[in-house]
Amino acid sequence: MIQSATDHSMIHPDGDGDSHDQGAGQRFVHVRVLRQDAPGQESYWERHAVPYEANMNVISVLQRIAALARAEDGRQVPPVAWDCNCLEEVCGSCTMLVNGRTRMACTALVDKLLVENPEEIELRPMSKFPVVRDLVVDRSRLFRALERVKAWVPVDGSYDQGPGPRISPEDQEDAYPLSTCMSCGCCLEACPQYTKIEVVRREGEGEEEFAARRKAAFDHGFIGAHAISQAVLFNGHPTGKMIADERLQSLTAIGGIQMCGNAQNCVAVCPKHIPLTRSIARAGRAATVWAIRKIFDR
Amino acid sequence: MAQPRVLVIGGGLAGLSATMRLAELGVNVDLVSLVPVKRSHSVCAQGGINSVNTLTRQQGDSEWKHFDDTIYGGDFLQHQPPVKEMADWGPRIIDLMDRLGVPFNRTPEGFRDQRRFGGTLYKRTAFAGATTGQQLLYALDEQVRRYEASGKVKKWEFWDFLEPVLDDSGRCRGAVCQDLVTMRFHAFPADAVILATGGCGLVYGRSTMSMVCTGSAVSRAYQAGAWYGNGEFIQVHPTAIPGADKLRLMSESARGEGGRVWVPRKPQDPRDPRDIPEAERSYFLEERYPKYGNLVPRDIATREIFDICTTDGLSVEKDRLCVYLDLTHLSREMLDRKLGGILEIYEKFQGVDPREVPMKIFPAVHYSMGGLWVDYQKSASGGLEEGSPRNQQTNVPGLYAIGECDYQYHGANRLGANSLLSCIFSGLFCAPGVVAAGNAVKKIADDASSRLFDAALRKQEERHEALLARRVGNENPYALHQELGLLMTRVATVVRRNEQLSAAYDEVCGLEDRWQRCSLSDTGNWTNQNVVFTKALGDMFPIAKLILKGALLRDECRGAHYKPSTSMPGIAATDPVEQRREAEQWCDRFEENTRKWLKSTIAKHGADGHPEISYEDIDTSLMPPRPRLYGLVGGDVIEEVWKERQKRASATNGHAAPQPVAAGA
Repeated sequence: MIQSATDHSMIHPDGDGDSHDQGAGQRFVHVRVLRQDAPGQESYWERHAVPYEANMNVISVLQRIAALARAEDGRQVPPVAWDCNCLEEVCGSCTMLVNGRTRMACTALVDKLLVENPEEIELRPMSKFPVVRDLVVDRSRLFRALERVKAWVPVDGSYDQGPGPRISPEDQEDAYPLSTCMSCGCCLEACPQYTKIEVVRREGEGEEEFAARRKAAFDHGFIGAHAISQAVLFNGHPTGKMIADERLQSLTAIGGIQMCGNAQNCVAVCPKHIPLTRSIARAGRAATVWAIRKIFDR
Repeated sequence: MAQPRVLVIGGGLAGLSATMRLAELGVNVDLVSLVPVKRSHSVCAQGGINSVNTLTRQQGDSEWKHFDDTIYGGDFLQHQPPVKEMADWGPRIIDLMDRLGVPFNRTPEGFRDQRRFGGTLYKRTAFAGATTGQQLLYALDEQVRRYEASGKVKKWEFWDFLEPVLDDSGRCRGAVCQDLVTMRFHAFPADAVILATGGCGLVYGRSTMSMVCTGSAVSRAYQAGAWYGNGEFIQVHPTAIPGADKLRLMSESARGEGGRVWVPRKPQDPRDPRDIPEAERSYFLEERYPKYGNLVPRDIATREIFDICTTDGLSVEKDRLCVYLDLTHLSREMLDRKLGGILEIYEKFQGVDPREVPMKIFPAVHYSMGGLWVDYQKSASGGLEEGSPRNQQTNVPGLYAIGECDYQYHGANRLGANSLLSCIFSGLFCAPGVVAAGNAVKKIADDASSRLFDAALRKQEERHEALLARRVGNENPYALHQELGLLMTRVATVVRRNEQLSAAYDEVCGLEDRWQRCSLSDTGNWTNQNVVFTKALGDMFPIAKLILKGALLRDECRGAHYKPSTSMPGIAATDPVEQRREAEQWCDRFEENTRKWLKSTIAKHGADGHPEISYEDIDTSLMPPRPRLYGLVGGDVIEEVWKERQKRASATNGHAAPQPVAAGA
């Protein structure tokens, strides 16, 4: 969100355009960024070079690019836009495609990336979400999915009612990993079944009208591994399971768990190593049982 | 009667708990946040959340003791009623978070497990793995999403709070905010505005805080007339991993398990640390504190590491301040077993195995104890009157502040695992008072309201356009931020000296002037992060100035504020008679200092842009101040003398020394 400069004296506030001069043994990191000025506009590649520093990550590279505001060829360009916040891989903001892989930019270390490809680092926005600008994408669909599966404990209220239910250490250890999901969207980016839904506001369309149309469009798409896993988390909680049927109904509606193609990409790219495929399998079984029960209950 | 409309700025633990409680009370809430609320800085808290609990109660713990630890840890700089109320609410808050589904660690029997944290003797801290803050935040995020689904809450994510809108009488009537995507401005009329915008770590360049913690929202309220309390109290954590982008915490347990702190005796010795012989290393903590070694108290460790780099110039690296924290003499097997988790963090971000290569660490700005001044209404029992509109209200009627951005709970120093509690408590507790205030407020006529908001919108639009239109000047906002951060880190963190603070104040004013000449590299009106950052930077200067001014004027040592020229050394004498004489002198000086400095610093934004500093007396009605003697040479003699004085004082007052009130028993 907000880029901060650092205490390395490597920023040229009024650089003379030859910052890519590689004289005096200065090493540079070359970065190729897929940029897009706004939704609906053509994307384009732009090359940047920033002085190499030890222990850089992709975030610090982007901070240097913002401070330089010049492309590698010396042209003055607006800073590359990107999302970030905690820089500790716990807030889920800075997901992007680094050298083609979906991951968090904060833990993408330059030294390791240069081993993969000494020539350059390639940065692209996630492809399954509409681009807002450059590396910033709109992930509101991801949060809408959490609402669809009612990913919460339906408590009576927030007034004192004594402690929560007793929970065995085994159940806690089962639930905890699922609860570390930071809504980064890596699992969705990697999923073949999760395809981009981009709803563009029509001329003269009111804000609420647009929001409703967008929500409807989201709800036709695949709900995603992250939301399925959250449904499993709350259906496993002693109080959460009181509305388990409502969650199973969402999971079996349009865009539900039946869309999962079992590619298992989600679990492979999850930065938190959440057992997503196990969640999907559990949810699948529960949904089947629920569907059969529904037939007999009729 | 129509329910009031409340605007909450910030969706961390404080903002979300306030939103949840307000929605439950039937209030419509607009929730504005720079980031999707689930990505707020609260997720970074690892350790846990404090409260007396069933187990500790049976070991003699009580709400009163939690209160006492918090006050003592904060060096008595807090008003005591709000802290008492917070400690009293602790058990209820943990129970609530438990019911909301937070996966707290469990005992074999299925109860919540607890661990011990600094500043207490009891295992008061409930925790969920190493991500307690994240887990608490998610539970609140989920409840707020539930209210969002039912239409009680409207979220405005990726929105920036620009200013509170005040009417002619000085009452807050709402705010103006800006959409960070479309860059459009929007007026939010509201019956009350709650700021829950966290700390101001970015004033120090890099800190352990997240990128949104610029302090800009608080600065904007301050510039609009809200008072700022105890700004100079900034907590610095002794061991963090210095990254090029931010500083990440390294747990103290690394030293607890035998880690040694050292620097090469030769400044910036270019050799591989493993090739530097023992004789050419300075284990400065062990040398200066043979008794405690590497496990000196946290504030001392912080000061020594800081001083050896800045004053002695012995930093391991030239461009970056750091010392070695060395574990390489310890066995791999032991390290993996006891420190596996935290070593992985170092490995993940540094790409270096700390079992093989000494870690590079440095203290890092971690928490703002100070913040917006807020009011409270004291109850007959010494706590707070629930439902009073005064609770958490700033001096601007209708404008509230909660969480890290208020100054209320942590005094001169915050105890570990108390911040999560204060955030959730202040959020929940303020809600009924805010509703009462909203109901009582006299509505203003529609035309007067639109005049007010039109003017505020115009002002913000003009400020924005002027920034975009700047063509002159070649100041780079990112470079200026770097200068500000370096300066503030050098003079206003661990060790403070008046001549440095005074010079730095002028330098910050100079930086602020240069900020006027910042030209933007992005002049567009779509997701322009450049202009948003430049605005936030501009609003860091008033905060930097009040921190420096407050620190400059406060000629004493208290909690996180350490000024060597005013420090009170321990007892030097060895002869018992002489020792007592020195202890008496020490206590005289302590009493004198308490009379003079046991006061909150209050900064008001002056018309000339400089802070006007005044002082506010502190409500110590529940617990009289006493010296903090931890680690002080001769502390036992001083304590003896102090206790005798207390006894004499209570005898002449005709009543017994204050006794703890059994609370919640």
